Amino acid sequence: MDRTWNNKAWFLVLPVLLLVAFSAIIPLMTVVNYSVQDTFGNNVFFWVGVEWFEELLHSPRFWQALLRNLIFSAIILAIQIPLGVFIALNMPRRGWGVSVCLVLMALPLLIPWNVVGTIWQVFGRVDIGLLGYTLARLGINYNYVQDPLAAWVTVIVMDIWHWTSLVVLLCYAGLVSIPDAYFQAAKIDGASRWSVFRYIQLPKMNRVLLIAVLLRFMDSFMIYTEPFVVTGGGPGNETTFLSIDLVKMAIGQFDVGPAAAMSLVYFLIVLLVCWVFYTVMTNYGEESGR
Amino acid sequence: MMARIELQQLQHSYLARPKSAADYALKEVNHTFDDGGAYALLGPSGCGKTTLLSIISGLVTPSEGKILFNGEDVTERSTEQRNIAQVFQFPVIYDTMTVAQNLAFPLRNRRLPEDEINRRVAEILEMIGLTDRADRRARRLTADQKQKISLGRGLVRSDVNAILFDEPLTVIDPHMKWQLRSQLKQLHRRFGYTMVYVTHDQTEALTFADTVVVMYEGQIVQIGTPSQLFEKPRHTFVGYFIGSPGMNVLPVELDGRTARLGGSAVELPGSIEVGQGSTIELGIRPEYLRLGREGLPTRITKIEDIGRRKIVHAELEGHEVAVIVPEHEEIPADPRLSFDQRGINLYADSWRLELEP
Amino acid sequence: MTDDASRSTVIRADATTSAPTVATRTSRLRRAGRNGPRTSWLVPTLYIIFLMLPIYWLVNMSFKTNVEITSSFTLWPRTFTLRNYAVIFTDPSWYNGYINSIIYVVLNTVISVAVALPAAYAFSRYRFLGDKHLFFWLLTNRMAPPAVFVLPFFQLYSAFGLIDTHIAVALAHCLFNVPLAVWILEGFMSGVPKEIDETAYIDGYSFPRFFVRIFVPLIASGIGVAAFFCFMFSWVELLIARTLTTTDAKPISAIMTRTVSASGLDWGVLAAAGVLTIIPGALVIYFVRNYIAKGFALGRV
Repeated sequence: MDRTWNNKAWFLVLPVLLLVAFSAIIPLMTVVNYSVQDTFGNNVFFWVGVEWFEELLHSPRFWQALLRNLIFSAIILAIQIPLGVFIALNMPRRGWGVSVCLVLMALPLLIPWNVVGTIWQVFGRVDIGLLGYTLARLGINYNYVQDPLAAWVTVIVMDIWHWTSLVVLLCYAGLVSIPDAYFQAAKIDGASRWSVFRYIQLPKMNRVLLIAVLLRFMDSFMIYTEPFVVTGGGPGNETTFLSIDLVKMAIGQFDVGPAAAMSLVYFLIVLLVCWVFYTVMTNYGEESGR
Repeated sequence: MMARIELQQLQHSYLARPKSAADYALKEVNHTFDDGGAYALLGPSGCGKTTLLSIISGLVTPSEGKILFNGEDVTERSTEQRNIAQVFQFPVIYDTMTVAQNLAFPLRNRRLPEDEINRRVAEILEMIGLTDRADRRARRLTADQKQKISLGRGLVRSDVNAILFDEPLTVIDPHMKWQLRSQLKQLHRRFGYTMVYVTHDQTEALTFADTVVVMYEGQIVQIGTPSQLFEKPRHTFVGYFIGSPGMNVLPVELDGRTARLGGSAVELPGSIEVGQGSTIELGIRPEYLRLGREGLPTRITKIEDIGRRKIVHAELEGHEVAVIVPEHEEIPADPRLSFDQRGINLYADSWRLELEP
Repeated sequence: MTDDASRSTVIRADATTSAPTVATRTSRLRRAGRNGPRTSWLVPTLYIIFLMLPIYWLVNMSFKTNVEITSSFTLWPRTFTLRNYAVIFTDPSWYNGYINSIIYVVLNTVISVAVALPAAYAFSRYRFLGDKHLFFWLLTNRMAPPAVFVLPFFQLYSAFGLIDTHIAVALAHCLFNVPLAVWILEGFMSGVPKEIDETAYIDGYSFPRFFVRIFVPLIASGIGVAAFFCFMFSWVELLIARTLTTTDAKPISAIMTRTVSASGLDWGVLAAAGVLTIIPGALVIYFVRNYIAKGFALGRV
């Protein structure tokens, strides 16, 4: 749609701007401010320049948390995106089944995140949880409190349980918007099920898949509440992701300076990776045609 | 190569348990499309023409009845096994492929040898005039070029039984419509494909097809050449729907060779006995009415000048009629309306009656 | 040919009234035979079972006594009890948590949608200095990790004396909900032809009157979808909500975590509280179920 040039439109955007300034810019300025200062308490601050950033970039604790976060996000994307697409392809298109599927699948998305954590904490317990108890009965040594692998598997399965539906709903929305004529033409052309997916459904889902990848990356990279409730970052620091570490530092230890420096670096990483995804996927979209 | 398509007692309802005749999208249809013919299915939206087309292509299985290709029952066969080609309302192309890949797609799916595919694709590119765009991404082309690709994907298979068109010119620019239509016509003459063309546009139907099938409320109301539809509409609907403006239909009472319309009388070319209780109507096209100094008294309400001729709207015994008058003909001050005997059709309960001279 | 073929097409009343039942049955059999048995229902069914199992276990636990939970392993409550729910509904510190949560979630939804409406209109209808940058910058706020904002929020709202109020949480959640609402609404508004605006102005509508009387009703489903997403993200967030509240505005989810650490073992009440947090979400989904698919399809990147 061609839009007219009108700078008065700024007045319409003003409320949003004021609100976001209050809830984003001012806090962010505070963070920047802290990140270059140190304090010995009593509200006395002095300038330390980029010292906190240097310290952060040399701290193995930060790099380990970052690495864990990246691995986690990669695993999450690698599982949830294909799984979500697969489930969406098999969803019913009409009839009562549609509503049932949509409502039940969307349910995990509306459960408060710490309750999600609680549900899985309970579900996985060897003594009182269905999953833990069953696994233990089968002779599998499963204990997410002590075993790092079990902790990781629990957190990943929990995230799949929690968020795959988002990918499913996005893909489903993309799929139902494809006109019937495409499938009829493919039938007439004798296309196989795979060809229909590869040449019709996948290209048409391009846009929603981009949204799905971006959202899932952002949220998995920012994950805090669910693993915090289930594992508390343990065993050891095995499931301590960036957010958990950051909150520990800022609220727990009140190390304002380092926490602020870490916040900024963290935010920049999210922006950078999102930008990379966005550029790569839209370029690919241009190439392959949307 | 092509096929004769027979439809036997086809009925279709989209409901699981249709109760009355109104639940049927398609009421009983019997018809034969001859091998190599160019047919148009014409009718307003919702008349069942697209349903009928989908039944032929196998996308919809009829609730009842049979479809035969060259005498062989194909009702149970899938779309793919029927070997038909279809061009849809808006262009269906595979976005990620080039023009040539699009054309090769149906052949690749059928695992033809590569050199055979290349040969056929080149041939079709030539036929639809897109040779110079063979390696372009199909999605970058214009709507009419895309529509040609959809058509080409059907033509590329050497064994197609028929080519079906579902209002293929809907999204094409007006000046390209005419060109594309004449190219289709040319293809039909050169290669003798059996073509079935669905449309709600009478001009498209009448210029494209040798035989036009007019549908109304799920049934075929008339099958004929364009001139038959014009001269002898079998149903008042055909009279309304074809022609611009449509046929004038006036309620009359029969009295031997005379039809009475209020206080006026119209002489008929023949007579017929009609049972009591049916509604009798007289149909006459605007082209067969004359405005002059003789005939029935009338009052002119509006005159539209459409270039080479004028459409005069007049009132006759309380009914509105349209009359076509050549551009330079004078309209008298006290006009009277006369009926040309050749253009008079009589209808009982909307169906045409054969008059005995 | 013409006359013969067409004469036989005249509908026979008796044929259409008696044939249908038999006809449809055979056609359905025919269809099943051609495509083979359909198995695609299996995938969503298995997935839904996977989703429902942990929830079932929570519901199951909420109706058990603590003795049954800890001492025996039962697939359904042997001694069915409502005690856990009774605890929550009789203790103000529990049920106030729900009231607090609902207050700030509703506040946030109203604020987010209200400020996003004019902004989304501006983005969908006009070009102005820095519009693209502004839009992108708004979206980056959605990418900001909440953990980054925890400390500065705490200090900012302390400075304004807003700590432990509902409005503080509602405003803080605007950080990620306003960009989202603008994004969704912009998508819906772009689907409304511009001619409608122009016609209204020609008819003498002022902008505010046009916006409220004509435009808002047109995008009602878009507003519904945006409100749904705002509700959802505000309802599920814990980190910020917990940080900005102490007692008076404490959300239910924060009360739950406290109870776990304090008494530690009252599993039954914990499960009941969890089940009660699922219900509002389930209700909201049920009401917007017909718009979910549509809502996800719109919005631009």
